[in-house]
This record gives sequence, C-alpha cells and structure tokens, in this order.
Amino acid sequence: MTIDSAAPKPNWFSRLAHPGNFMGWSRPVLWPLGIATALLFGLGLWFALFNSPADYQMGETVRIMYVHVPNAWLSQFVYGAMFVAALGTLVWRHPLADVAQKAAAPLGATFTALALFSGALWGRPTWGTFWEWDGRMTSTLVLLFIYLGIIALWRAFDDPLRAGRIVAVVTLVGALDIPVIKLSVDWWNTLHQPESILTASGPKMPGSILTPLFVMMAAFTLLFLLLQLVSMRTEILKRRAETLSRQAAARPA
Amino acid sequence: MITGSAETVFIVWAYAGVGLVTLALIGAVWLAARRVRRRLAALEAQGIRRRSAA
Amino acid sequence: MNAFAAIVARELKLAARGGADTLTLVLFFVMVGAVVPFAIGPDRTTLARLAPGIVWIAAFLAMLLGLDRLFRADEDDGTLLLLREARLPLEMSVAGKLVAHWLLTALPVLAASPLLAVLLAMDTASWGRTALALLLGTPALTAFGVIGAAVTVSLRRGGLLAPVLVLPLCIPVLIFGVAMVAAPGGSGAALLFLSALSLVSVAFCPFAAALALRLGSE
Repeated sequence: MTIDSAAPKPNWFSRLAHPGNFMGWSRPVLWPLGIATALLFGLGLWFALFNSPADYQMGETVRIMYVHVPNAWLSQFVYGAMFVAALGTLVWRHPLADVAQKAAAPLGATFTALALFSGALWGRPTWGTFWEWDGRMTSTLVLLFIYLGIIALWRAFDDPLRAGRIVAVVTLVGALDIPVIKLSVDWWNTLHQPESILTASGPKMPGSILTPLFVMMAAFTLLFLLLQLVSMRTEILKRRAETLSRQAAARPA
Repeated sequence: MITGSAETVFIVWAYAGVGLVTLALIGAVWLAARRVRRRLAALEAQGIRRRSAA
Repeated sequence: MNAFAAIVARELKLAARGGADTLTLVLFFVMVGAVVPFAIGPDRTTLARLAPGIVWIAAFLAMLLGLDRLFRADEDDGTLLLLREARLPLEMSVAGKLVAHWLLTALPVLAASPLLAVLLAMDTASWGRTALALLLGTPALTAFGVIGAAVTVSLRRGGLLAPVLVLPLCIPVLIFGVAMVAAPGGSGAALLFLSALSLVSVAFCPFAAALALRLGSE
C-alpha cells in the first residue's frame, strides 16, 4: 500500500482551500465577480437614488441608509469571517486561514469607518447631531478600535505565520468581548439617554425601501468577496516573493 | 425619484464620501497586487525560480 | 509551599526588590487624579460629578502602565522558557502572575483612592462605593491587561501596542464600574455585571494568555 492510497480522500472544501488550488481557482473567478459587483452597484445606485420614493418619516435622508446599512452589515460580517479564519488558524492549522485573516482586517476596518461616516451624515439631518453616544454607533466605534488594533498587531510582527496565530488569539478574545461591549454600551445608554430617538433601522420597511437596500447590500458584499480574494492572492504572492528574495540573497554570487 | 431638499447636501456628502473611499480601497488593493506581481516578475527576470517551477 | 504560591511569592519578592515600581504606579494614579482639576477647573460640583469616571480612568491608566513588566523581564532572561516547560501548567503560572499583578497594582490604587476622593470632592458614601467598585472591577482590568501583555511579549516594541489592544476590552468594566458609583438606579445591576465580568475574565485569562505565550515562542 503506497502512502498516497492510504491518505484520506480530500473533500470539496479541502480541495478548494488547498493553497496551490486556491491560486488556481481564484484567478478565473475574479473578472466575473468584478463584473457582477459593478452591475449590482449600478443597479443599486439606480434604485437608491432614482427609482425609489422618499420615506414618509425620514424624507430623502433614507437614501443615506442605502450606503450606511451595507457598511454596518459588512463591519460585522467581515469580523465574523476573521473569527472563522482565526479558528481555522488555531484549531485546524489551516495554511490559508492566516492569509484570510490578514486580508480581511483592513477591509473590515474600512467598512466600519464608512459605517460611522455615513451614520454621522445620516444622524445630522435626522436628529440634529453628527454623533450620538447611542448603543449602535458606540459599539461600531469600539469595533473600529478593535480592527485597528488588530491591523497594528499584524504590522508589528516580522514573521507572518507567528503573527497569524497571535492575531487569531486576539481576534477570538475580541469576538467574545464584542457582545459584552454591545450589551454594556446599550445598558449604559439606557441610563443616560431616556430619549430614544434611536430606531436606526427600526422603522418598518416597506418593499420600496427593501429593494434598493438589498441590492446595495449584495453589491457591497460581493465587493468584499472580490477584494478579499485579491488581497489573499497578493499576500500569498508576497510570501512567495519573500522566499525567492531570500533564496536570491543566499545564492553564491 | 430624488428631489432637492435641505438634506440633499448630506446625501451628496454621504454618497461621495462612501464612493471615494470605496474606490480608494479598490485602488489600494489593486495597487498592492500590481506591486507584488512586478516584484515577482523582477525576481523571475533575475533567473530565480521556485524549485517546483524549475 | 506549592508551586502556585511560589510563583505569586516570587513576583511579590521581585517587585519588592525592584523597588520603586509600586510607588511609582500609585504616584501616577494620584497625579492623574490631581491633574484633572487643572484641566477642567476646580468647581466642586463638577468635580464631584466627574469623580467616579476620573478615578476609574486613573486606575485603568495605572494598570496599563504596569503591563509591560508583567512578562517582558521574564521573556528576556529566559524565565518564560522555564515556565513553559515546568511541571506546573503554564496556565497556573499565568494565574499566579495575575494574582501578583493585581496585588501589586490594584491594591495600592485602592489604598490611594481616599486621597483621590478628597482631591476630587467626593463624599464618603461615593468613595465607599468607588472603593467597592474598584475592588470588584480591577480583577477584570488586570485579566485583560495580562492577555494584552502576553500577546505582545514577543514584540520588540510591543509595549506600545498592548494598551491599544486592551482598551476596547476594558470598556465594559469602565461602564459598569462608574455606573456602580454614579448611576442612581442602576448601581445594583452594575455591581452584578461587574462581578460577573471579573469572575469570567479572571477564569478565562490564564488560558488565553498561556496560549498567546506559547504561540509567541513557536
């Protein structure tokens, strides 16, 4: 019995996730994904700005929601992806997991910052101030701090593999703490702000609002997937280049 | 259809800001990819190959 | 003396011999509290209203200040290597360091809090609640700090990064800690939340920190 035949047959996930295979299948996916993303954005913007009515409560400013909610959703979704990747690094020692973590962090931070930015611009006409220390915005701000801390941690390490494992621990601890932070901030809010104007995406949403919202959310999510794949490829190629550089330096002149 | 109103400036700023930053993000990701591809091409040109590719 | 107690005793002895650290920390704590009136004005009502928050921030900053020396000296002189290979599980060693660190940073802060209360125009009842809140909440601060220190121990300039990583984790402690003192209606609930937070974080911390220490040395 040879070694090969004794090995367990790879399932579809490990075939996809194998580093060598990953570079292979991700390349042809990029262009179709990019086109789909662009189309969805076009459609979404058409719906958001032109083909939907103003909200009877919020007026035209509801249109800001069409860029705010997707970014808020992504800020949490990307952290969830980082969390899964962190588990992959620590628990399953998957070779691509730390690459996935590293790629996701700056993307998530940007979406979180955009969520705060668009939220501030939504808040100003809606309830008068650019910033309120309400539960949602405050938790998003703290999430941004966590993202930025993780990015700083990535950059502080020389060895990307060791960095990946340590960052994974921080990501996991952060993931456990984020619900606690959310809870405590909400609780703190009820103490200090009896006026609850804060039904950010609370109001009942008629279908005319849902359509642009979902299209924009889909567009942004596909954008994240596209950027994530490209960033992962870049990171893999970067490590390859590092290895080759070191080989070159070690060559006899 | 969007109508002009006092809040239009906020809508404009929101879409402009989000749009600019999103495009910048796409640009940054694309530039990083281009940079590493160039670096690999330069290494390749020096004749260094991966052992598996040789 | 069992191994766990030996770790705690070692930390305490080293700190005592190392001299000024504990006093410096207390000094920093008091000075932060004393500097605030310069920044916001000496009006007693304002100070009294802000006092719980100021005390907590001072305590939090003092804890952050002491983080670097948690693991760095041991990493540099090879003690961490010994602890990793020792028969006492690394988690227990970390727990010992956690206990020692709390004794060395939180207790002095607690002892100095009356001074701060006087400076910040707190009345005795408020101070009493503050002291209790500090007692219940500083274990959580220390636990998060230990995790941050363990994560950054292998970095040369990690000392700058640990506070950045630790701060978001400590926000709930600050929220509940201040609420215990200042919130008229919520202090009972805040006490429970704070205690729960401390218990869970202290229980969880040795495992997370030991994992980070091991990963940092691979």
